[in-house]
Amino acid sequence: MSLVEVKNLSKTYQMGETTIHALKDLSLSIEEGTFVSIVGPSGSGKSTLLNLIGVLDQPTSGSIRVAGQEVSRLNNRERAEFRGENLGFVFQNFNLIPVLTVYENVEYPLLMVKNEDSGKQRDYINELLDAVGVLDQSSKRPQQISGGQMQRVAVARALVTRPKLVIADEPTANLDHDTAYKIINLMKKMKDQWNTTFIFSTHDPKIIGEAEIIYSLEDGMIKNREVTGGK
Amino acid sequence: MTKIARIAYRNLLRYSRRTMLTSMLIIIGIVAVLLFIAIAGSFKQLMVGQITDSMLGHLQVHRKGYVASIDNSPLNLNLNQKQTKKLTQILKANDHVLAFSTRLKFGGMLSNFSETSNIRLNGIDPVMEFQTVPLLAQRVKGKEGSDSAPTLNPGELWVPETLAKGMKLKIGKQVVLIATNKDGSVNGFPLVVSGIIGVMTGPGGRDGYLNIKDAFNLLRVKGTEINEVAIRAKKMGDLKTVFSELKKKLSVIKNKKGKPVFEIHTWEKISPFSNIAKIIDLLTLFVKVILIAIVLVSIMNVMLMAVYERVREIGTISAMGTSPRKIWTLFLMEGLFLGFFGAVVGSIISLGIIQFLNWKSLTISFGRQDMLVLLPSIAFSEVVITALIVIGISALATLHPAVKASRLEPVDALRHF
Repeated sequence: MSLVEVKNLSKTYQMGETTIHALKDLSLSIEEGTFVSIVGPSGSGKSTLLNLIGVLDQPTSGSIRVAGQEVSRLNNRERAEFRGENLGFVFQNFNLIPVLTVYENVEYPLLMVKNEDSGKQRDYINELLDAVGVLDQSSKRPQQISGGQMQRVAVARALVTRPKLVIADEPTANLDHDTAYKIINLMKKMKDQWNTTFIFSTHDPKIIGEAEIIYSLEDGMIKNREVTGGK
Repeated sequence: MTKIARIAYRNLLRYSRRTMLTSMLIIIGIVAVLLFIAIAGSFKQLMVGQITDSMLGHLQVHRKGYVASIDNSPLNLNLNQKQTKKLTQILKANDHVLAFSTRLKFGGMLSNFSETSNIRLNGIDPVMEFQTVPLLAQRVKGKEGSDSAPTLNPGELWVPETLAKGMKLKIGKQVVLIATNKDGSVNGFPLVVSGIIGVMTGPGGRDGYLNIKDAFNLLRVKGTEINEVAIRAKKMGDLKTVFSELKKKLSVIKNKKGKPVFEIHTWEKISPFSNIAKIIDLLTLFVKVILIAIVLVSIMNVMLMAVYERVREIGTISAMGTSPRKIWTLFLMEGLFLGFFGAVVGSIISLGIIQFLNWKSLTISFGRQDMLVLLPSIAFSEVVITALIVIGISALATLHPAVKASRLEPVDALRHF
């Protein structure tokens, strides 16, 4: 069953008098529970595509269905609600809130998005922190832990609301190769453990191979779709 | 809502330097305002107390038209015995009136046998006068070494301090008082200086005093004739009530021509200090406006900075699915908490300083009066109102930054470095 269905998607930006076609009539489909990678050179449209699937941005034309819902024409409030219900994000720069501890960063979406009593979810948060290997760092602030650990926390934060889909835009770009590899493996492990679909973009050729399905983008179009089944 | 409040509170704790700086601004503003209100208020109260309790009384009743020509102390606008009796009955019947004093004011000449000077005089009944203006006794110096207030028996005179200095008059010295009565007849007789009275700001502040019986004799008044009745209300707060009650009662008493016999005024209408009091009130309002500006500008500035500093954080929480309304509420709460914290701490510090100033006995000089002890105090309602203004303005100042934060597009905010 398709979790993400993108049809004839186009996105153009206006930069002064120049019109930039970031995505051109792009279509793809992503099945539930898969580990998908979007690859391509800089400017190929990877981030734009992930932003659109992640309901962070709106397309110029075309349709996007995520978890059975057409999301391309939602208003601000509906988009926020949809993201909170269905999506999780892992960012290249981790984007942890610097003034909160590791535990509080993971707890944050439960308080702000899910309106859940974090006290009742304490065991669940600790379980997640344990699963990503940072339980012993839970009282530290982001600046007190390493880049790899920060990204682990970001993965836990993305999963804490039990999303159907996690979108990770170049999650390993700021990490050394070994750490990047560990993060990708952690994401895979989480996918299996929580049955969450992951879509991530990357430049790193060694990491690309970890994905089950690889979409190669060039000039805003899908150049190739490769099913590897993952390692 | 409580969860957002918790996060807002946490954010303020974590961005401690920013929180402290903004709070300090609010605290300084609140302390300045509350101290100003307390000190200016106590100065006003002290001066009003001095004026009403040692000179004017709370209210004054005269014959219609007297106040318009009060500066030349006219004797042709005196109240006769019948009118005085009616007035006395009305005052005695009013429950809000604590005391009243009948006065006969007139101008005369004072001679020490070598020099002569003009003098304005109050003929008073000392018992009635001390009940009506109890601080009068404090203004009068009697014999050196005597603790009790000097007497004002028939044959005695209290001379204003400035005149006593100029004419080298001392206690026990004999002087001659000369005055012209309303019929143009001049009379004079000797009196002994029994007190030197300190001068005060305002009408009557440089008047001398003599016993009303002597005033009657000097002016050759048959029976009783007065031209001023000073009234002391039981509570200063009841002044408006007493005034309107008495005005109503007095206005129905008409002369043969059908015009009102009496006129009644509050101390404010008679003393120029009431204008100073109004200026103090205006200054208090002005200081409050400055406080509002300080709070508004500082909180708006800090919260706008917070929005710019936290663009990526806003983008991140927005990407997670936090609704624009929640982001708006979060920032609004941060502003509200800043205002609340500043208001509470500022109020506590202000009350502490006010207590300290009371303990240290703050003294001031005003006009010719020295060593006036200020007892700064502030009404609890004033503290609450000021704190509420600050909290309200904090919310108002945060509105714009909060709207700005809630309208940030997550995709743009996440790109921000």
